[in-house]
Amino acid sequence: MTTVQQATTAADALAAAHTYAARGAALTKVYGHGDTRVVALDDVDVDFRRGEFTAIMGPSGSGKSTLMHCMAGLDGLTSGQAWIGETAIGGLDDKGLTRLRRDKVGFIFQAFNLLPTLTALENITLPMDIAGRTPDRAWLDGVIDAVGLRERLGHRPTELSGGQQQRVACARALASRPDIIFADEPTGNLDSRSGASVLAFLRTSVREMGQTVVMVTHDPSAASYADRVLFLADGRIVDEMLAPTADRVLERMKAFDTAGRVATKEI
Amino acid sequence: MWRTTWRNLLAHKLRLAFSGLAIVLGVAFVSGTMIFTDTLNRTFTALFESTAADVSVHPAAAFATGVTGPGGGVDRLPSAVVGQVRAVDGVAAAEGYVRTEGVYVLDQDGEVLDTGGAPGVGISWFEERALSPSELVDGRAPEREGEVALDRATAERTGYAVGDRVSLLTPGPRVEAVVVGVFTFGEDGGLAGASLTAFDLGTAQAMLGLGDEFTGIDVRTAQGNPDEQVRDRIAAAVGDDYDVTTAQEQADERAAALEEGLSFITVLLTAFAGIALFVGSFIILNTFSMLVAQRTRELALLRALGAGRGQVTRSVLVEALVLGVTGSTLGVLGGFGIASALRAMFSTFGLTLDGGLVLSASTVAWSYAVGVLVTLVAAYLPARRAAATPPVAAMREDHVTVERSLRRRTLVGTVATVVGVTGLVGSFLVDGGTAAQLVGIGGLGLVLAVIALSPVLARPFARSVGAVLPRLWGTTGHLARQNAQRNPRRIAATASALMVGLALVTAFSILGASANASVDKLIGTSLRADFVVSTAVGQPFTPEVAERLRSVDSVDAVTQVRFGSALLADEETLIAAVDDTTLDRTLGLDYSDGGSAELAGSGLLVDQPTADRHGWAVGDTVEMVTPTGQAAELTVGGIFASNQAVAPALVSLETFTATGGSDLDRYLYLDVADGAEQSVRSAVQAAIDPYPVVTLKDRDEFADEQKGQVDQILMLINALLVLSVLIAVLGIVNTLAMSVLERTREIGLLRAIGMTREQLRRTVRLESVLISVYGSVLGLLLGGLLGVSLTRALSDQGISELVVPGVRLALFLALGALIGVLAAVWPARRAARMEVLDAIATA
Ligand SMILES: Nc1ncnc2c1ncn2[C@@H]1O[C@H](COP(=O)(O)OP(=O)(O)OP(=O)(O)O)[C@@H](O)[C@H]1O
Ligand SMILES: [Mg+2]
Repeated sequence: MTTVQQATTAADALAAAHTYAARGAALTKVYGHGDTRVVALDDVDVDFRRGEFTAIMGPSGSGKSTLMHCMAGLDGLTSGQAWIGETAIGGLDDKGLTRLRRDKVGFIFQAFNLLPTLTALENITLPMDIAGRTPDRAWLDGVIDAVGLRERLGHRPTELSGGQQQRVACARALASRPDIIFADEPTGNLDSRSGASVLAFLRTSVREMGQTVVMVTHDPSAASYADRVLFLADGRIVDEMLAPTADRVLERMKAFDTAGRVATKEI
Repeated sequence: MWRTTWRNLLAHKLRLAFSGLAIVLGVAFVSGTMIFTDTLNRTFTALFESTAADVSVHPAAAFATGVTGPGGGVDRLPSAVVGQVRAVDGVAAAEGYVRTEGVYVLDQDGEVLDTGGAPGVGISWFEERALSPSELVDGRAPEREGEVALDRATAERTGYAVGDRVSLLTPGPRVEAVVVGVFTFGEDGGLAGASLTAFDLGTAQAMLGLGDEFTGIDVRTAQGNPDEQVRDRIAAAVGDDYDVTTAQEQADERAAALEEGLSFITVLLTAFAGIALFVGSFIILNTFSMLVAQRTRELALLRALGAGRGQVTRSVLVEALVLGVTGSTLGVLGGFGIASALRAMFSTFGLTLDGGLVLSASTVAWSYAVGVLVTLVAAYLPARRAAATPPVAAMREDHVTVERSLRRRTLVGTVATVVGVTGLVGSFLVDGGTAAQLVGIGGLGLVLAVIALSPVLARPFARSVGAVLPRLWGTTGHLARQNAQRNPRRIAATASALMVGLALVTAFSILGASANASVDKLIGTSLRADFVVSTAVGQPFTPEVAERLRSVDSVDAVTQVRFGSALLADEETLIAAVDDTTLDRTLGLDYSDGGSAELAGSGLLVDQPTADRHGWAVGDTVEMVTPTGQAAELTVGGIFASNQAVAPALVSLETFTATGGSDLDRYLYLDVADGAEQSVRSAVQAAIDPYPVVTLKDRDEFADEQKGQVDQILMLINALLVLSVLIAVLGIVNTLAMSVLERTREIGLLRAIGMTREQLRRTVRLESVLISVYGSVLGLLLGGLLGVSLTRALSDQGISELVVPGVRLALFLALGALIGVLAAVWPARRAARMEVLDAIATA
């Protein structure tokens, strides 16, 4: 299911929104022009089912981050269209995009996810505070317990470990019950133990709380927490794997390397 | 290395322009103050030096009077003294002359020529050309009664030329004459706005009723005889009855008096120059920290590639040097602007400065020294830090601000607070000059204390007062409040410009409002007269005016008032001479004993403080000695509550005239028949019309005139407020820009999780307002304390009421908040414009 039929009618769109938390059709992103022209996304069709945990893998520079940013409304597309739920991103102005990010999307960066002046709890409720909404207490309690940070809610980010900080970021992404959560290498800066707890939490949020999560990772064992893995290369989706295990993912990636692709991960 | 330096200078144009502006402003204040002071000095000193004779002889005063200007008696110097002086060895020439103030040329419309408050001077024409500071440029010298010569500036302003008829007001009768000559005075002809009219000697003597006497003698020394030697010889020849001074001594004396009179302005200007420089160096420090922080990686890379620490530091310092030199140059130009603005302001106060502005070498030297040094020092600190950063660390982490302890600040601040509070409290326990001095010391202590303590207080302030922000604006308010607490030193330094500026303005507003209220109270309680007749700048006028007014119908009483100085029981005292017969009708004094009836003849009325000081009671006899050396035995006839409308001591006109006092009036108080206040006015006006120099005011007009002077000073202060606001805005803009830059990633994050641009702008704006309100509150508190203490300390100067102008101060606070809003516009826009992904990617 790596392609979707172009939804031509509103009814189709609505039906699609039921099934898919987010979709992208013919996504193309080109940076620069002339000599510096880079096609980061090349006519990508993609969809993310509700309640599904998707991992995105691929060599450095293959367009993973670009895909996430374009889907989350953080960056504009050169052509193509993306939907979050039933909202087409392409038609939104800055205000609309901002509101979309605030209410419908959760985002977890690799690092620096928290405001240093706010406590953990304040960071978690920040999107709702910005929106002027009162958080759903029961849901919030559930999220906080799931990340296991009840003891640390009053602490500032500098008083938390890297893993704890990432879990606070996860809790924030989840707290406003968005349509979809994008996580760009959320465990990239963590040791394997802290990483595992963050990944376990993401999986729990999908399995038990019915959330939709898309995560970029370079780590096959992290990918194994997902329901499916999408492989990107040169701005295109080149493969998909359902019910991945670390071994199978690793195997698949070796296949990339033997095909002559060299991952040139930047520092 | 140099190429990188240049490239950096160009790459950060905006930010450099910004810190450049700070230097420009700081240097402009310094140079403006210096240029203005130099111009003042040039105008007056040059005038004194070029016009004073080598040695001058004047009748000695019995004591050095504290009362300057007209009002005392006329100097009298017998003609025989001229012969004595001529006979002295080393005297090339000596000539007696007559010189007096109060001679005004009427313009073609019959109005007094506006001298902008400068005196109208009448002189006798010197026979001996070598002694004369005047140089004829047209016509000839006046030779007989009915002829005058005018100084060129006056002739030009009135349009009179040789052959025209002119009317002149003199201390004696009004004079009609023909202009026979036009002359320049002194080396560059400048008279600082004063007008000069020359008569022949006989006419001048007759005008003042001097007979064959003079008011002074000018001496030219013979070649090879130093002025000082000749002075001593003349002094020996003429004896103790005469003062003998050299040209240098005269010039110094007058320049010193002038400087003292204007010291208030100089102090104020210097204070503002200080603020400007303080804020300027702070902005420069900030800017270079920012530039260096942004380039830490680049610098670290340079270091990694083998550039030495010194090279890195030097590269930053060269940038600073270029900036400092450019800024100082523009600052000196700006100083010209400030100086000419001041000159314009002063001419509205009645002090006209002719000629161009003076740019002395020392002004230029100081301006560059200050501008360049401040810039270099401010840039050196971040440069050294950058150079000291190990290359690896710089490549890895984004800039971390290390928080230094505030303990030393607290200590210094506490000591200064103790000094300040002691000074202010002490000032309440004593009176007069000591109190004012204590306020000065206390005020300085408190200003230092607040500057030292403001970083310590910044956090509690943001926490407590800032608590309203989250309540009113939710998360944006909360974030703004948290941000404002992050770097208390920076917040404090930013707020301090506003603080010092507002403190000064607040203190003077309280003083001004109190002074005005005191005038109202005084006029309300003690002025019984319906009208007051006086001259614009207090120069005395002929008693003929009083005579004419007495003959106007319905004018029941005219009280003449003159002022002078005398020794009462060996203490110099300001005395007023009044009509004892009408005093009660026009001035209501509050007598604790005796009354005005006892003033007639050789009576003396003194105010309570004077009586207390000497232990006088009604009936005591007091010896009075006047500047002319005449003495009189007076009997204390009454004791009244101290009153600014008169002097500490009152004598009758009779006593005053008999002891050599001037026969010119300073004020006339008129009491008219009840109900006739409206109808009589035109008749009174008609009676004084022939004397254009005097004006008629009813009670309200008189009160307004008195208050007008206070209001003018307040205006000057407000003009300075505008400048300090400008500087404060610069400081806040700079700090915010720096904060925004440092928080780029946070801003990116906030935008990524859904903060709108408007919310982001509001966060920056609220932080800015918090800073500016902090500065304003500190300034208002400090200024309030100073203002109240100062007012109290000056209570014996006639500021009897204490008024805190609440509305005005509330406006200042609102202004403070508004400054915050304005200062945030640009940084907020910058923050909001940042691209989300770029901001997040920023390391
Ligand atoms: N702002 C930009 N301007 C120009 N080119 C860009 C920009 N952002 C990304 N690119 C280019 O687009 C391509 C895809 O970048 P992207 O960041 O999506 O890669 P990635 O798969 O996330 O890599 P990594 O695993 O290293 O994070 C790369 O070739 C990159 O150089
Ligand atoms: Mg990436």
